[in-house]
Amino acid sequence: MNGTASPAARKGFQAERFDFASFFFSGLTGLATLLILSILAVILINIAANGWSGLSWHFVSTIPKKDFFNPETTGVLPMIIGTTIRVFLMTIFVIPIGVITAVYLTEYASQKAPLTRIIRAAVNNLAAVPSIVFGLFGLGFFINFIGRNIDSLLNNPGPVWGQPALLWASLTLAVMTLPVVIVATEESLKAIPPGLREASLALGATKLETIVRIVLPQALPGIMTGGILAISRAAGEVAPILFTGVAYYMASLPHRLTDQFMDLGYHVFVLSTQSPNIEQTRPILYATVMVLLMLTFALNLVAILIRARMRKKLRALG
Amino acid sequence: MPHRYPNPKRPLGWMGMQRGHRARPLEWVAERFILMVSLSAILMVLLIFVFVVREAAPIFTGRMNSALIKETIPVEKMDSLSSRELRDYLELTPEQFAAMDRDTLRLMMEVKAEAMNELPEYIRDDKDARVNTTKWRYMLLPHRWTGYDSPEYIWQPVGQIHKYNILPLIIGSLKTTLIGLLFSVPLAVGAAIYVSQLARPRVREVVKPMIELLSAIPSVVIGFFGLLVMASVLQGIFGYETRLNAFVAGIALGFAVIPIVFSIAEDALTSVPRSYTQAALALGASRWQTAWQIVLPAALPGVFASVVLGFGRAIGETMIVLMICSASVVSWDIFDSARSITTTIAAEMAEAVQGGHHYRILFMLGTLLFVVTFVSNMIGGIVMNRLKSRLEGGKA
Repeated sequence: MNGTASPAARKGFQAERFDFASFFFSGLTGLATLLILSILAVILINIAANGWSGLSWHFVSTIPKKDFFNPETTGVLPMIIGTTIRVFLMTIFVIPIGVITAVYLTEYASQKAPLTRIIRAAVNNLAAVPSIVFGLFGLGFFINFIGRNIDSLLNNPGPVWGQPALLWASLTLAVMTLPVVIVATEESLKAIPPGLREASLALGATKLETIVRIVLPQALPGIMTGGILAISRAAGEVAPILFTGVAYYMASLPHRLTDQFMDLGYHVFVLSTQSPNIEQTRPILYATVMVLLMLTFALNLVAILIRARMRKKLRALG
Repeated sequence: MPHRYPNPKRPLGWMGMQRGHRARPLEWVAERFILMVSLSAILMVLLIFVFVVREAAPIFTGRMNSALIKETIPVEKMDSLSSRELRDYLELTPEQFAAMDRDTLRLMMEVKAEAMNELPEYIRDDKDARVNTTKWRYMLLPHRWTGYDSPEYIWQPVGQIHKYNILPLIIGSLKTTLIGLLFSVPLAVGAAIYVSQLARPRVREVVKPMIELLSAIPSVVIGFFGLLVMASVLQGIFGYETRLNAFVAGIALGFAVIPIVFSIAEDALTSVPRSYTQAALALGASRWQTAWQIVLPAALPGVFASVVLGFGRAIGETMIVLMICSASVVSWDIFDSARSITTTIAAEMAEAVQGGHHYRILFMLGTLLFVVTFVSNMIGGIVMNRLKSRLEGGKA
């Protein structure tokens, strides 16, 4: 501080001057943040408070009869199983393709090449396609094109593959979640210090060996995060499976790829819009939402934890 | 940053064979394979477009006819028709057509002519029975249907004459989307300013993941919450008549849009170089003045991109609007009901006959949706990329 500074500036340097406009508008943005957080809190607390009482072992382990609106006899076991199988099948399709694409984008592609840019643009666009359009795509491509052609090749008398099925729903979801896996894997590949690759190459390993033995094992937590995020996104999606495989009611559990299935998210939709007596179904509706939320949030939590551990480990390495 | 492998352009001999490296041919094959697989993202976008458009193609080419009364062609004239004309006339798919012999086709023509003759009197007197409602004229412009006093926009794919005017659906989509954006953008951008510029680091680390957690709530759960809880609460506050209306749906849509707008706007604001902020603070600006007058203008394109991408998300959202409101009305009144494009596809696909005009129109709506989101995503992506490269240039 020398003598040329104005007294105001000197004062401002010691303690921030009180400025009403700053205070007011900062407060507004803080309020906006608070409002968003309270929306989240209200939704979660409302569901937890109303859903907890309806949740019981009987509820999650019962296969309901046709009248699943009756709180006494209903259960969500087939929906839990249906949702689990469809997301599990989806990961089998999406993870290899997503990981290989991410490997190409980070390890092989030159970042400025037009092809790389087109692939990135395609990934971005895929992430923005509305979920209902994925449903239409599943119907038009998987069922009406691939399924029907399989049927005519096998000379099936009626449609076996050319109708909504578990397999088609899973494939549709796999296309939808492809960007999630690609982005998460890419992020984790980029975070691996180049020194590791250089060391491996210097020891005489080829590029492929370096990727398979050194890079991918290091990126495993990131790949898992991607898979989990994809699962949690897909588990709650209803629109893509509306025309590709979900059933309103099924007496038995699905046991073939060509079977239809019941689904938790769709069940929430059915319970809340088609119930003959909403007051009576309210408890089971809340309980079903609770199960769905617990499933997706648990998956998200695991993803966050894995990511945090990975960061710590990489920091130690880097 | 991309790490450097040894320069691939330097000759190592054909696939490394001359150096006697055993792994090289495998290396080459693997590299091709990886390239092939990574093209699948492009392939998928193309397939989505092609197969959604394919199902809607007869609408675009004008080969679909939904008129109840069509010109019948006498059976004697069968030979003068080309096979394409005959197939279109009998409304057969190419496979079905190929599987039929001449006598079956002849029989079908007779049945068709007879069916036309047996239509009840009141339908034959209806002037609209001859209208092909899948023409663009009837899909976009108002038409005075029998029983109405003035030309109107009507979406009514049931009954004898299916009316396919898509304007009510477009208004429904825009209405809910705009309400959602008006509600969510100020909140999300405000929160993004707070979290990225004003909050202490410890607060930021807690708040950011929590807002992003909002995006983990499935849309069917938000729809459920809007239907069961919000609808009544909002009706209590605003006191409108219809309990389930576009306003409730729009606010619920806003919940789904907030995390997207927030994370993109926050990303844009954070990517403004620290030197900007430090310079402003050094000149004596308060934190708010820095955020509002320096950081926000610099990141403005990014905020714009976040709104565009939020728009794409909102207009494509299905379950929320489907659960909350679905009556199709032509009205910009936010407290009226609304039926969006997505809702229509989701709700009506089950009833539509495969290959029929209703089914094709729904795919046409899907194409429209795909194009709108594709364009908005492109705009958002380009704006965001430019901003980032400009700001990174400024940093250097």
